[in-house]
Amino acid sequence: MFFAGAAGLVAFYLWGLLGLPGFGNYPGPYGPAILRVAVAQTQATGVVSAVNFEYRGFDTVGEEFILFTAAAGTAIVLRMLRGEGERSPVDEARDRDAPPTSNAVRTIALLFTGPVVVVGWWLASHAQTNPSGGFQGGVVLATAFILIYLAGAFLTFSKLSPTDVTDAVEAAGAGGFAAVGLAALFTGLPYLYNYLPLGQIPGAVSSSGTIALISFFVGLEVAAAFLLIVSELLEQTLLIRHGGR
Amino acid sequence: MQVFPFIVVAWIIGVGLYGIATSRNLIHQIVCLIVVQSSTYVLLLGVGYVTGAVAPYFYDVPVHTPAVDPVVQALALTDVVVEAAVTALLLAIAIQAHKRFGTLDPHELAEFKG
Repeated sequence: MFFAGAAGLVAFYLWGLLGLPGFGNYPGPYGPAILRVAVAQTQATGVVSAVNFEYRGFDTVGEEFILFTAAAGTAIVLRMLRGEGERSPVDEARDRDAPPTSNAVRTIALLFTGPVVVVGWWLASHAQTNPSGGFQGGVVLATAFILIYLAGAFLTFSKLSPTDVTDAVEAAGAGGFAAVGLAALFTGLPYLYNYLPLGQIPGAVSSSGTIALISFFVGLEVAAAFLLIVSELLEQTLLIRHGGR
Repeated sequence: MQVFPFIVVAWIIGVGLYGIATSRNLIHQIVCLIVVQSSTYVLLLGVGYVTGAVAPYFYDVPVHTPAVDPVVQALALTDVVVEAAVTALLLAIAIQAHKRFGTLDPHELAEFKG
């Protein structure tokens, strides 16, 4: 059964492959066209970011909301069900030798937290310059909070990233992106038109107008979404128990 | 025509699909789905590759250096992020399925009615 299906898939794949350009000589019109004009039009040297946040900005809004919906869906699926309560896990084998978090793990995690935050912000704010941007920076920023979880207890982690605040930041990130685009409409320009000054030096942090701003909001959104997902999963493992408190 | 990258793509899809079809564990199936999806990264980047070209970043190379296609790279970037978020959602659903029915075997789960 599977192999019959696989044979069909292989046939279709070969058929599709014959229509593709050979590896290493991509002829398509869009890529070369964007490469010709992007740096001059947007003053961004990171053309991938220019594509994501400018030429295909509208698609990225949609993609952003897929992320938003997936995070919200995770939170809804992992809610407390009927017949479940929140309580800390009870150690059922008290006499076993459970090692506490070692000082080495704790020290290394805390040492890394600061640099990770800096790297995350740096990535989120340099989309216009080099291979970085809001998506990458956001994930790195979320990692900082996970390091805090590794270094300490879950309760410290949840105190530092309360769900209300994470929710608000996530909404601000997603809404901010949409709002940057909407602001253009009020001045009679097309949605997501790059209306901010582009700057003079290609690749400078202050250049490229809305690309940098949108990347910042995407960074917020991604960091908050991943933090929300991780804390929902941790809560599910560590706090929610069948049969009440 | 250099076809090696496209053979790699077909291999990754095949391995992942075989895993999904034969797996008896939801978590394992989700991991196989990630494998299937990672073939799209190879395909996208393979399609946009230009021999001898640089990455589409012109911070320290002249602006008109030949570069690989930035559009497929942007697609791959969003692909990665969406995949991570959707995987989290699928894992959450698997957790709840296990809680409700006490099994992660798709064959046994099919017998239950939600």
